[in-house]
This record gives sequence, structure tokens and C-alpha cells, in this order.
Amino acid sequence: MKRREFIITSMSVVGGIAIGGYYLTRPETISNPLSGILNQGQVAITPYVIVESSGVTIIAPRAEMGQGIHGTLAVLVAEELDISFKDVKVIPGPPSEVYANNVMYPIKDLKRRMYHRIKRRIGLENVNSGLYKHSTGAQSSIKDGYVKMRKAGAAARLVLIMAAARKFGLKSELLFTKNGEVVLPNGNTVPYSSLVDEAKGLQPPTDPVLKSKDQWTQLGQSQPRVDMISKCTGTAKYSIDIRLPGMLYATVRFNPHIGVGVKDFDDSKAKDMPGFIKAIASYDGIIVIATNTWYAMQAAKMIDVEWKPAPYPATSKEHRKVILEAFNNKRGVIKRNDGDVDNELAKSEIIEGTYHVPYLAHATMEPLNALAWLKNGQLDIWAGNQNPGKTQLISAQVAGISYDLVKVHSTYMGGGFGRRLEDDFIKVAVQAAMEMQGKPVMVTWSRESDMTHDVYRPLASAQFRGSVSNGKPIALELELSSPSLFSSSSRRQRHSNNNVPERVDRHSTTGAIDQPYKIKNYRVTSYPSQRLLPVGWFRGVGESQNVFFHDSAIDELAHAASADPLEMRLSLLEHKPSLAILRAVSEMSNWASSLPEGHARGVAYALSSGAATAQVIEISNTSDGNICIEKVFIAVDVGIALDPKNIEAQVHSSVIFGLCAAMHGEITVTNGKVDQTNFHNYKIMRMNQVPEIEVRIYESESSIYGAGECGTATAAPALGNAIFALTGKRIRELPFSKSVRFV
Amino acid sequence: MNKIKEIQLTINNLSYDIKVADNMPLLWVLRDELGLVGTKYGCGMGLCGACSVLIDGVSVRSCLISVGSVNGEITTIEGLGNPDSPHLLQEAWIEHQVAQCGYCQSGQIITACAMLKQNSTPNESEVKNLMSGNLCRCGTYFRIQKAIRSVADKSTNGSQNEEVEL
Repeated sequence: MKRREFIITSMSVVGGIAIGGYYLTRPETISNPLSGILNQGQVAITPYVIVESSGVTIIAPRAEMGQGIHGTLAVLVAEELDISFKDVKVIPGPPSEVYANNVMYPIKDLKRRMYHRIKRRIGLENVNSGLYKHSTGAQSSIKDGYVKMRKAGAAARLVLIMAAARKFGLKSELLFTKNGEVVLPNGNTVPYSSLVDEAKGLQPPTDPVLKSKDQWTQLGQSQPRVDMISKCTGTAKYSIDIRLPGMLYATVRFNPHIGVGVKDFDDSKAKDMPGFIKAIASYDGIIVIATNTWYAMQAAKMIDVEWKPAPYPATSKEHRKVILEAFNNKRGVIKRNDGDVDNELAKSEIIEGTYHVPYLAHATMEPLNALAWLKNGQLDIWAGNQNPGKTQLISAQVAGISYDLVKVHSTYMGGGFGRRLEDDFIKVAVQAAMEMQGKPVMVTWSRESDMTHDVYRPLASAQFRGSVSNGKPIALELELSSPSLFSSSSRRQRHSNNNVPERVDRHSTTGAIDQPYKIKNYRVTSYPSQRLLPVGWFRGVGESQNVFFHDSAIDELAHAASADPLEMRLSLLEHKPSLAILRAVSEMSNWASSLPEGHARGVAYALSSGAATAQVIEISNTSDGNICIEKVFIAVDVGIALDPKNIEAQVHSSVIFGLCAAMHGEITVTNGKVDQTNFHNYKIMRMNQVPEIEVRIYESESSIYGAGECGTATAAPALGNAIFALTGKRIRELPFSKSVRFV
Repeated sequence: MNKIKEIQLTINNLSYDIKVADNMPLLWVLRDELGLVGTKYGCGMGLCGACSVLIDGVSVRSCLISVGSVNGEITTIEGLGNPDSPHLLQEAWIEHQVAQCGYCQSGQIITACAMLKQNSTPNESEVKNLMSGNLCRCGTYFRIQKAIRSVADKSTNGSQNEEVEL
């Protein structure tokens, strides 16, 4: 068999069974992603397993931004490979479409539309734009990898058995594996690491049988994280930490009016500053290059710049007006329509309200940065990024070289939350490297640049109308308005302020159209608003606002119906995992019991990327009229819990992230500039502010779900519903700190 | 404008000679001049604590203190322990699987170390208040508290027989 055919076959097995046909029809794009990184004495049995004399390496091709995904993906492979997870090395692997995330980029979408759209959008032809699919986000990694990674391990295990059979002239059927070794009929064992030569060229089986859940010895148990020791000893390398001989350090100074560049600048005052090398114009401002990041930051302040005016309204008040005007633009798209809402509302007493959420910044702890080095026509780029393939393509585009001359080094990330799906921090680093050819240049954004030049969680509003009958909602109408993430993203890719129509995309409505409530008359309409600040993917994406809108409306209807909010939710649901997790939080929070005077509880429920989640928040009124969050109870159906402790950590994290946004999170605009610049005016919860959080993980085994976003979406409605229960005040605008004071 | 000066520093028991503007914050000397990158840049305003280092055992925000005004021995996360021989607090952090993205954890460990040097048996609210200057965007606060608690408990229980070295 020719080499290429072997690769195609093996890809079709382990690159995800679903995409086999896709690869077979496009053989010109196929290459083993590991062939470029293999050293002598190594063999890549599948794109996920490298064996060499020193041991086994597993490729976990999802970005590690804190969610512990490297470990869990590696355990999926190790379980089927019959090797202890503790005995393998885990690496992220190079950018490749073989590592496509088929949950974020579903096959049918891609074949029909997205593939060509991506090509057009980035203006690249004759490149492998399938690289775009190598991406991490939307709590999708486990769902995407659950079968794929286990098959990769199982196929590799069978190849190692074949290799041992070949080496000893035995039949494969007589051999089995245990603890990283093949066991021979005479009881002798052969470590996988001694089968490198024999494994070369062997074809993995097309459909290996997987272990049943009760045969698992590693999955389902909490494992130590692969990055823990390095992260606790300061030795883990984030891209901001990469140091190379002769490297330079740079920073950015962007136009405070986001998305438009610089008219002119004068760096004469910076020329005598220590360490200053030069300033160059960039997309949105200037890049200042020096011998030390701090010198660059000091010099950046001394440069006189004439900025172009803001391409959007000057204040957040006007932005809100634009959002609200969209409700009248007659361009609404009905995304869910059960029964006849108009007819029902015409004959009922109407309960209604208008909800608002602000822009939010990602505020990752590690400010944006990347290190680029252009030398002899080749570009190396080090960046914590959620999308290595896109990083490779965009870097090539900026540098004007072929993408195969770009080597991407994906590092750990000091937080991602969707921000590192963007490419602005990549582009400025490549520009700096082009200017300083031959020298590596690290471009670090100041916290202020990071916060004032984010791609924000959209400003959004919702109008709700509903009615109740016999203790239950009989009609619910939600109208949503927000700018489109996809339109905003397209504009950024094209560097164009025009020609990108505003539209409704799927994130405009997720969390609002997909809740499994049985309400007879149920309609959700989404209105595209005009462009405002650039907006992007945020932890929870559309759910981060829509679950607040939707679940608060459900709570309003429960109170209007004089029903118990938790019992009423139960009565509207038939989805079994949802019923189970609602009953779980009821029990955990002792929902039916009465609370002392000045205490109250609120409940919220949502399917979050498929994971049924219920959250109860108990709050109290302090003597000085402030609100104290006493305790949070959250139950989530992950389908199958692969690593319970890591899941618990993710759920904690998602709740705190959601509470930060609900209580204090707000980005505002004045004179066309973002007002919030650092952690003093964009508040993140501190240790003395976080409540106790009790987590229960439920396994419905119906499917498998990620757990990184479920608590984010449900935190705001649970808190708002609790505030209503405590004070009788329905607060329909986030953050709540605009209306109440928290301890 | 501050001139470039020759400055001598003692960091993790080693002596370093550097030539930088003496108003450069210690953080950027550590990271960009000396390659001690375990100490992180987070905010540059003393708001997040990611850049915390010990100077003579006291936790200091290295993004605020200029290198020219450092008067004492500096200990960074690298000087506390290493993967082969972690410090007691680092061991506790590993045992309790504290880190998620991990970016803030150097600063968290340094601050916890300084706190326990002052008060080896802090109560829960003391821990929360003394650690409240260190931000964590992933929300690892519960496990940080558990890790600190376990070291403080060792200190309480071990004080009869052996000195717990922090």
C-alpha cells in the first residue's frame, strides 16, 4: 500500500469516523499532521499516539486554557490503549484539519456552506482552510472527543498487538495488552516502547471495538492534572513567558475608538527613551518595539497620535437605543413558534417586561500577547490560542508567505473564555516580526489595551410578554435584539467596516429557543441590530444573555401564576435529566423548607449546550440593606462524568464567572471610548466575596456534555430570581449592582 | 528621565548585576532582563497580585516597586521550590489540584507564604481577607483555601515536634 493511501485510511478511522468520506473526496489536503514533528525513532501510530523508545506520547488537540482538557482527552486515549495515564506524555499537537472540532464545526455545515464561506471571508485561496476547524470552545471538547479519542487509543492498541505479533512471529489473536505492554502467550511482556520499528507502516483497523463503561479502569475517576506541578512551581510556559536569545519586546497603543486605525503619529518624544527601538503603524494603532516590555510601554505613552473618529455612537446610552430600535426594524426572524401566541395574548392579562444586559470584557488573567519570529522566509509564532489552524493561516496572510512556512507553537493560556479565538493579538506580533526581520519579537498588550480593545460579549435587550392560566404559563413571547457575532467577526476578518450585513445568527438565540419547556403558545423572535462595538465569543456565548432573559421571564410567570417557581418549572418539563437535576437542587437547597426572616432563594434552570443545569442561590439582607450571597447549589447533567473532580472545578469556575458578570460586570462607552481599563473599574470576584458553592454531578448517560459554561448561564437568573423573592423587586437590567448593593 | 544605572539584586539566593532605568518596576527586571518568568504580569497597578514576590519575607507587588528602591532579598516562585523539590505550599497546591489556567497561582502561593510567615494559624476569615488582593479569573478560591488550611493545620499539629519551614 502506498504511503498516502495508508494515511487516508488511518485518518478516516481515527480522525473521526464521521469525516472519513470527507477526507477520501479531498485527498490533496491530506497529510499526517505528526509527520512534520516526528524525530527519528518515533512512530505516529494514529494522529493521536506517538510511540518511541522512551515511551508513549498522546496528542490532546484542544487548547488548554484552564479547563483541564489535556488530561481528560489523554485519559480517553490511554484507557483504550491500556496504558496508565500517568505514564504518558501529553502534547497539544500541530495545527491540522485532522484535529477538527466536529461539534463546533458540524460536518454538514462545513460541506455545504462554511468551508467556502471561510475561504471567501479571509480572502485566501488555495490554502487548507479546513485548518479553521481545529478549534476549542463552547464546552464542546468532550462531546467532540468522547468517541474519537477512545477509537484512536483502541486502534493504536491493536496496531501494537500486530507489531508484537510481527516481531515474534505469533498470531495477533494470541496476544493481549496490559499496563503499556503486550503480553505474549508464554507470559513474557513487551513494552510498547520497544515496538517502534515493527509498528511502522501497519494499518490501523477501521472500526475497533471499544471497552464498555464497566471495563474502564481510568475513565470515570478523578486524575491528577498534567499541568498541575508546572503551574504550581512557576515553570508552566504561557506564550508571554517564552524567552529566546536576542528577542525584542513590544507593546501596542490602540486607537481608543475601536476598529479604526491611526491618522498620523509622531514618535520624536520617544526617541530618547531608554530601550526604545521604533514605532510602527498597525491596524488599530501603533506597535512600539523596545528592549524590554516596560520600556515599550513607557515609550508608547510619549508618542503623539492623531486618531480616526469612532465608527459607532459615542455613548453606551446611544448603543442601547440602537439595540431597542431594532425591535421596530421589521427584520425579526422567528426562531421558535409553538401554538398561537398572538391569539392567546389577545385574550389574556399580559405580564411583560424589558430586559437588558451590557457589554462584557473577557479579562483573562494573562493579557493578550504573542511572540513571532520571521527569519529566512519562515515564521514561527508562539501564542496561547484557541484556534491553531486559524493562527497559522492568518499569520501567513499577514506575513505574505505560504501557510506551510508558518510554524505555530501553542502554549498554555492564562485564560481564554473565547477571547483567544480571535486573531488580533496574532496579527500585531507578525507585523512586529516583519518589521524586525531575523529577531523574535514578543508583543504584550497592557491590561488597559486588553480591556479597552476586547471583542465584547454583545450588548443585548429582550422584550418579554406572557400570560398564565391555572398556575402555569399559557403563552410566552420573547423578542431578542443584539448585534450578530458572525457579522462582527466577518468584518474583523476582512478589515472592512462596510458590506457586512447585520443578520441573526445562531448565537443570537441559543439559550432562548432550545429550552424543553412545554408551553402551549411559545414564540421567540430575534432582531438584528446595527453594528456597534466589535463583539465576540464569550464564555457561554448566546446563553450568557439569553438564559437570563428566558429564565427570568419563566420566573415572572411563576410568580404571576402564584406557583412555586421550582415546582412550576418541573410541571412544564418532561425531559428526564432536567427533572432529575431540578429535583436534585431542590433537595440540596432544602427548597421546601422555610428560611429565616431576611433570607430568600431563587432558582434557575436551562439546557446549556445540552447539559441540563439547575442552580439555586440563597441570599440574605444585611442589617445595612446590602445583599449577601449565602450559598449556591448547582446540579448539572454531564451525561457521563469522565473526571468528577475536574468537572466540579469547572462548574465552580463557571458559577463564579457568571456571578462576576451578574453582580458587577459592565463595559460602558463614553466619547466613543471604553470606560473600563483595569480591575479597579471592571470588578472580578475576590476570595472574600465568593459564596460557598455546592455541586452535584448527575449522569443521565443519555449523551455526554461539557461542563465549563453551564453555571455561567444560570447564575444571573438564579440571583435575579432570588433578589425578587427577597425584595419583591424585579431587576431587569444587568449588572445588578446598578440597582442593589452587594456585601 | 531616569538614567540607566547599574543595580545589584539578590534573588533566590543568587546575586545579579543589571543595567536598567532605576524606575523600572521589579516585575519587568525579573521577566524581561533576567528571564524569571514565573512572576506574572496581570494589571500593572497592584490590583491583581499575579506579580507578587517576597522581599525579606514580605509579599510585595513587583509591578509597583521600582527596582532602584528594592532593599532586601527577593524570593520569587522559582526560589520557593521546584518541580523536583516543591515548597510545602506548592505540595499542598498540587495535592488539592488547585490550578486551572494557573496564571495567577505564582502570586497566590507567594501571598499565602507571606501570610503564613506572619500568622501560621489564620482562621477562615483571615485567610479570605489576606488573600483577597489576589485575583483568580478561573475561580479556584475554594481549593486555594483548602490548600492553605492543610498547611496551617500541619503547622499547628507539627509545632510540638518540628518547626514547619515556610
